[in-house]
Amino acid sequence: MSLLSLQDLAVTLRGREVFSGITLNIHAQEVVGLIGPNGAGKTSLMRAALGLIPSGGKSSLAGLTPQQRAKAVAWMPQAREIAWPVRVEDLVALGRLPHGDHAPAPVEAAITKMGLEGLRKRRSTNLSGGEQARALLARALAQETPLLMADEPTAGLDPAHQIATMEVFGALAAEGHGVLLSLHDIGLAARHCTRLVLLAGGRLLADGRPEEVLTDDLLARGFGITAYHAQTPDGPVFQPMHRAR
Amino acid sequence: MLRRALVLLSLLAAPGLSPAAAQEAPPMPARVVSMNLCTDQLAMLLAAPGQLVSVSKLARDPMSSAMATEAMAYPVNHGQAEEVWLMQPDLVVVGSYTAQAAAQMLERLGTPVLRVEPAYALADVPARIRTLGAAMGRQAQAEALITAFETRLAALREEVARRPSAALYYANGYTTGDQTLAGEILLAAGFENIAGARGGGQLPLEALAMAAPEALITARPYPGASRSEEVLMHPVVRRLRAAHASTANTGNDWICGTPFVLRAIEDLAAFRKDIETETE
Amino acid sequence: MTRALALLLPLVLVLAALSLSLGPADVTLPESLRALFLGGDGPLPMVMREIRLPRVLLALMIGGTLGLAGAAMQGYLRNPLAEPGLLGVSASAALGAVLAIQTGLSAAFAMALPLSALAGAVVAVLILVVLAGPRAETLTLILAGVALSAVAGALTQLVLNLSPNPFAASEIVFWMMGSLADRSVLHVWLALPFMALGVLLLAGVGRGLDALTLGEDAAASMGIDLSRLRLRVVLGTACVVGAGTAVAGAIGFVGLVVPHLLRGSVGGRPGPLLWVSAAGGAAMLLAADIAVRVVAPDRDLKLGVLTALVGAPFFLHLVWRSRGERA
Repeated sequence: MSLLSLQDLAVTLRGREVFSGITLNIHAQEVVGLIGPNGAGKTSLMRAALGLIPSGGKSSLAGLTPQQRAKAVAWMPQAREIAWPVRVEDLVALGRLPHGDHAPAPVEAAITKMGLEGLRKRRSTNLSGGEQARALLARALAQETPLLMADEPTAGLDPAHQIATMEVFGALAAEGHGVLLSLHDIGLAARHCTRLVLLAGGRLLADGRPEEVLTDDLLARGFGITAYHAQTPDGPVFQPMHRAR
Repeated sequence: MLRRALVLLSLLAAPGLSPAAAQEAPPMPARVVSMNLCTDQLAMLLAAPGQLVSVSKLARDPMSSAMATEAMAYPVNHGQAEEVWLMQPDLVVVGSYTAQAAAQMLERLGTPVLRVEPAYALADVPARIRTLGAAMGRQAQAEALITAFETRLAALREEVARRPSAALYYANGYTTGDQTLAGEILLAAGFENIAGARGGGQLPLEALAMAAPEALITARPYPGASRSEEVLMHPVVRRLRAAHASTANTGNDWICGTPFVLRAIEDLAAFRKDIETETE
Repeated sequence: MTRALALLLPLVLVLAALSLSLGPADVTLPESLRALFLGGDGPLPMVMREIRLPRVLLALMIGGTLGLAGAAMQGYLRNPLAEPGLLGVSASAALGAVLAIQTGLSAAFAMALPLSALAGAVVAVLILVVLAGPRAETLTLILAGVALSAVAGALTQLVLNLSPNPFAASEIVFWMMGSLADRSVLHVWLALPFMALGVLLLAGVGRGLDALTLGEDAAASMGIDLSRLRLRVVLGTACVVGAGTAVAGAIGFVGLVVPHLLRGSVGGRPGPLLWVSAAGGAAMLLAADIAVRVVAPDRDLKLGVLTALVGAPFFLHLVWRSRGERA
């Protein structure tokens, strides 16, 4: 089942075309990694898909009312913004806002899933960066949407937290959700995503399984780098090595 | 530029270098300038034709001045030393509180300045007339005014059987007691002031309501609006004022210690008689 | 109902009763309450109904709405320094009120007074929101507020000085500091419709402000219509601040201190803070109005003097803290 369908999506910001002609579908049980160099428009793509910024083309989400959309997709912006010293449990409960209920079960489930039981009464502004990231992800989980979109969810996290976060997305996909993430860490993307989408130069350069997208040719064209890659019993390993000449 | 300004300054200051000039005031100054509302009116009453050169701007304001029409005949000043100096007066009359900086400047420049205190009581009125009359060389005129004032005042101070209680109420909730000019006007007209013997001050609206005076005498509102006067439109004040068919206001006759206070007393006494007939 | 509200509402009631019993007329509380509700002979019922009751009602209304508006502005701008008084919204409302009075508009049409104050407040809030943006940098916000306050204050003073009325010029203090002395029921009726409208508008922003805790994008993705939220905050704040300022002058710091003090009691959530702040604002203004009468019974000590004495140290403390956060 397609949870998000983009057709010929195009975004122009301040007179400059960021990208155009993006056609993409996200299905249940997928963890799709959106990769590409800085400025490729990964964030704009996701915001346009949500209908948060104007765009050309079609997004299956943009046509929904804000309330319907909030029940279809949960969105985690890159900036981990927490304006007020709210308690962790209250922060997670914000995820119930689109549903207009205070159902404790999804909130409790999200708290448990993110291992926040010990922090639930703490002020979220006093937490460490990793703890805040977990709390914000729990908030998105409490929204109980079929699709989860996150912008750079692993940025600024230590390796253990990065892996833990990616494992949560994997678990979500296994439960039947769809996940779309923008990622800078190609190694992490290769290891944890079921599918990668490479955005560069205003075009969708590639869309496929990680080993199909992370080829020497596409890495050179998309990022301008060469990478070391190997197949291990645990899955593929990618390590960027040099800038391509 | 600076040097020229300094030269100009020293020229301006030159008359001040001879303090003797200040003491040689002629017995009858030919050019008198008044810079205060109250001295304006006394000076207009006393001056010989052509003797009074200028009165203050306020003298033409019918809200404040009992002689606004008469004042139209005189050029006005705005209480500034420079304009008054240029009128070349032989005598400048000021109040003892207003335009002090200008008065000091004029004294430094060698112009004789007479400071006249405000009248705090009816008894001060003849004294002020006499002071100004002497300074202006118009003693005979002054004595005539004083005699007329005292005769008429004595006639007005008739014995009254019952003194209705009354309050004076001004902007910002101020009132005045017996020991003020307004308070004495009230007494002379046969009222008893609820503010009593004290000088006056702020009378809380609540205290006014509790005292419930039989007559409430308020100030006429000035043109343009002000929050200070809003209290005079408060429902409580309106209700007290509405207790009688006729109303009384303080006005330009009340402000200065001039013979016009007699007119204020007469008007107020008439108001009291209206109240008495209403209650009978 | 939160525990904070359960504590604040009785406090407001006690303060209101205390305020009703306070005045130059020396009567006991039961006596005055009897006169208030049952009437009777003599001047006491008039004193209670025409002088003390309007004063208490206005303190409740203005304090409550200032607390509410402060919490709403802080929640929307996501900055604990946002406050109608501090940011020049009240000063602009005062300018509007002074213009209505001095042009004679309010004499011709009574509602012109709160309407004109409301217009002044709308302009100010709009400038702030546009200038500072929804994620308000403290520096931008404060500088914009300083500029707005200065312009509005200067224009108010100019208008008052040009007035033909000799008292007008001395009234800048009232407009800048606020007072509830000698207000009447007329003022209550003048302010009430606009305050009711403002409260109605602000009543609907709680959910949106809660969502805004996570930033604009997250809030929008949770189904919050940000432009409608902004419209509600701008108009609601302008309504209550405009109406309050029109009848009692600009009273500062209530909207700063109260949300700050009570934020902890609602776990920092900006939505529930709205109502707790409203109750707290009513309590603070009632207390301030009691204090001005106890400290200086026969002088019209301005309310803003007291709220500033309490509020300014809080303000400095907050500036200090936000300085530490940036470093």
